[in-house]
Amino acid sequence: MAILDQGPPHYKKMLPPIVQENYGKWKYHEIPSPGVLKHVGESGAALYSVRVGTPRLVSIDFIRDVCVIADEYCDGFLRWTTRNNVEFLVSDEAKLKPLLEKLEAEGYSVGGTGRSVSNIVHTQGWVHCHTPATDASGVVKAVMDDLYEYFNTMKLPAKLKMGLACCLNMCGAAHCSDIAIVGVHRTPPRINHEVIRKGTEIPSLVASCPTGAIRPDPKNKSVIVNEDKCMYCGNCYTMSPAMEIYDPKNDGIAILIGGKTSNARTSPSFSRMVIPFLPNTAPRWPETTEAIRKIIELWIANANDGERVGEWVERIGWERFFTLAELPFSDMLIDDYIFSRETFRTSAQFKY
Amino acid sequence: MTEKNTPLLDELEKGKWPSFVTEIKRAAVKSEAAGELLQVLERSYKERRGHWKHGGIVGVRGYGGGVIGRYVDEPQTYPNVAEFHTVRLLQPSGWFYNTKTLRTVCDIWEKYGSGLTNMHGSTGDIILLGCKTEHIQPIFDEFSDAGFDLGGSGSCLRTPNCCVGPGRCEHACYDTLEACYNITNEFMDELHRPMWPYKSKIKFSGCANDCTSSIARSDCSVIGTWRDTLRIDQEAVKEYAAKINIKAAVCDKCPTSCLTFNAETQELSVVGEDCTRCMHCINVMPKAIQPGKEKGATILIGGKSTIVQSAFMSWVIVPFMKMEAEDDFAEFKDLMRRIWEWWDEHGKSRERIGETIYRLGMTKFLNGIEVAPVPQMVFRPRANPYVFWNQDDLDRSGTALDGSKL
Ligand code: HEM
Ligand code: HEM
Ligand code: HEM
Ligand code: SF4
Ligand code: SF4
Ligand code: SF4
Ligand code: SF4
Repeated sequence: MAILDQGPPHYKKMLPPIVQENYGKWKYHEIPSPGVLKHVGESGAALYSVRVGTPRLVSIDFIRDVCVIADEYCDGFLRWTTRNNVEFLVSDEAKLKPLLEKLEAEGYSVGGTGRSVSNIVHTQGWVHCHTPATDASGVVKAVMDDLYEYFNTMKLPAKLKMGLACCLNMCGAAHCSDIAIVGVHRTPPRINHEVIRKGTEIPSLVASCPTGAIRPDPKNKSVIVNEDKCMYCGNCYTMSPAMEIYDPKNDGIAILIGGKTSNARTSPSFSRMVIPFLPNTAPRWPETTEAIRKIIELWIANANDGERVGEWVERIGWERFFTLAELPFSDMLIDDYIFSRETFRTSAQFKY
Repeated sequence: MTEKNTPLLDELEKGKWPSFVTEIKRAAVKSEAAGELLQVLERSYKERRGHWKHGGIVGVRGYGGGVIGRYVDEPQTYPNVAEFHTVRLLQPSGWFYNTKTLRTVCDIWEKYGSGLTNMHGSTGDIILLGCKTEHIQPIFDEFSDAGFDLGGSGSCLRTPNCCVGPGRCEHACYDTLEACYNITNEFMDELHRPMWPYKSKIKFSGCANDCTSSIARSDCSVIGTWRDTLRIDQEAVKEYAAKINIKAAVCDKCPTSCLTFNAETQELSVVGEDCTRCMHCINVMPKAIQPGKEKGATILIGGKSTIVQSAFMSWVIVPFMKMEAEDDFAEFKDLMRRIWEWWDEHGKSRERIGETIYRLGMTKFLNGIEVAPVPQMVFRPRANPYVFWNQDDLDRSGTALDGSKL
């Protein structure tokens, strides 16, 4: 009989001895080389964490592989990070170099520390969700391939945290990223009235729409979508496959930049849209990788030491950013939703 | 029979970044479902659209969530992924593992599932990606025997998660690993049996660097902080002075200009009451500067994603709260119960708590949960005089016509 409500496995059983001994007594850390963190305890003990990027979507073979490595170099202990990297926890300094050599030889990607681009937090996409406007894993793969030189080095002005969400539901917290890639549908669902008549619960379907855009059409035994109200969220498709939200010609990607969640220096901030639409050019999304690279290179060329993307743009001004980035500004970039007014410039100060 | 070639996906095996396509192919060696997933995905790449849909609700006995039903839209063409459900497992705090535990996960999942996982889902769970309806109960039973439990899904408390905290970070102002473990266990019923207006999340970050992005990603953000003044080790400052430009890299970037470096004496001083505890100086000089001694956490409420009313970041409701394992995090748990009760009573269906508060007003919320207003809750006070005066209080705040105080 299964035990109910027993909760997660106890973390204490998962901590390597060096962590148990120095628990809450760490003094400082350094980054001796990209991808390697050295944490030193008050006792003088040193723990090396070697960070390796993963695609997040991994097979059990992958997990077993990293277990073999952890057994050999880390006494069987490892952890994952918030951003889906693996960290090998090395308590014996003599094993650090051999581990790095092993990882290099086996083709693992070591990096993602300090002033680098870390793994892109992302969602399910075409692999496993029902409302995506783009793939998640494929876009991430294409972008990370392109930015690889910034993953395994630390030559950026500051850290760069990216996020990808494959639809407006934004499962992946991209809205507060330095650079956010968001899948966008651009057309209301196409209704298959036959399928609705065959067995969709119309009241539930009407209720599923967050903007109240769907109303019953009793004459037709179906529903009507008020296209002016629809924000293309796909919730109705969750309720009924009759509400086809996919639109291969019109689905694509928007780019938002300048968000952060850390409080260091400036307060946490939302990412802001700078490119409303890029096409879904599978399998490698060249328009998206190029657009992101351009923004990053502009940031590298113009930012002050230690300035994150949003801090840089806020310092020079968004209007100036659009000039420098040579990105077209359009009505799609002016907020017309609930909290729009606070983005309007209630001041006579601005640049060109 | 479907086409077995995957020319488009094969393009994503090129390049230096580890490839998810390679991972699916590895799983496909043993799992027909993983093989068929490749076919479905190749088709998505060709057609530029997804092929998954919702279907019947699936789950295990005794729980209202933890498994998410997923069905391919052409079951006749892809019978092995006709049902391809997601199982969420509660992860150990901080995502620390020993290899024995991980191998157990792999072995059970190999027996019943596709062999594909997400390490981890955005909310924090171990995500097991793709199994049949008939296997859900046996999967749960075996994981349960091995010491695992399901995560949250639906209108419930979603799986809490936390930063690495005292396990490996000198900045941690409270024990995030223990808090996450203890509090997850406390609210098992809220997590496993959806009964709220909508989902609700808690994330625990040990300091204002907020490595879990709790302020953006959770309805309740618990962010470590301190109440007194940060501590400076002047000897260590001198060591840094030899390596970095303290004025430029630290003092000039302090948002409150409260740090001064005296180049002559090589000493760093802080105006404690001006510091907003942003963590910048500590991040740059961890050997020399550390948080104060009176540590705890700031509790913020309301964070959520764009759907429906725009994204919200959490805002302060308790500037400083002790987060101690010794008293079983009692104050925090008590506050959460009051908050959820208020939300349960006033929230509309599919309304996150931030939206409920926004609709009804902070004043009503604070009254409802019996928390007194303090200036730390706002950036600045209101700019309009539209106060809804409590009519019962008026006679006690005015002055009578004869000049006497009421
Ligand atoms: C102005 C626009 C946005 C706002 C106001 C916003 C707001 C929020 C909020 C409040 C959350 C916390 C939600 C929760 O945990 O349930 C969240 C989560 C998230 N958002 Fe956004 N968001 C915005 C845009 C975006 C964009 C553009 C993306 C993606 C590119 C994105 C991706 C995410 C992801 C990935 C999460 C994490 C969800 C989780 O792990 O729990 N957001 N967003
Ligand atoms: C009506 C709105 C929503 C629907 C119908 C929905 C549906 C789903 C579904 C079906 C999944 C599972 C995907 C899979 O594993 O196959 C999922 C995952 C998830 N959702 Fe949502 N979602 C909605 C809104 C949101 C919002 C607003 C957020 C937070 C900002 C959110 C956060 C998440 C997270 C964190 C995951 C886990 C994703 C991952 O690890 O990749 N969802 N959602
Ligand atoms: C219910 C509330 C309020 C009412 C009924 C009200 C009414 C008025 C009226 C009738 C005038 C025009 C006076 C005149 O020139 O003949 C005025 C002017 C003004 N009010 Fe208000 N007001 C209100 C609230 C506020 C608030 C909250 C502010 C500021 C935050 C404000 C700021 C001003 C200013 C700056 C002027 C212009 C003064 C000038 O011309 O130099 N008012 N108000
Ligand atoms: S962001 Fe949208 S499409 Fe992507 S996993 Fe979440 S709900 Fe699904
Ligand atoms: S896509 Fe979203 S907003 Fe549009 S009709 Fe469907 S549920 Fe409503
Ligand atoms: S949030 Fe703070 S305490 Fe937690 S890991 Fe990040 S820096 Fe360390
Ligand atoms: S924590 Fe932030 S505000 Fe406080 S002294 Fe350091 S840099 Fe300044």
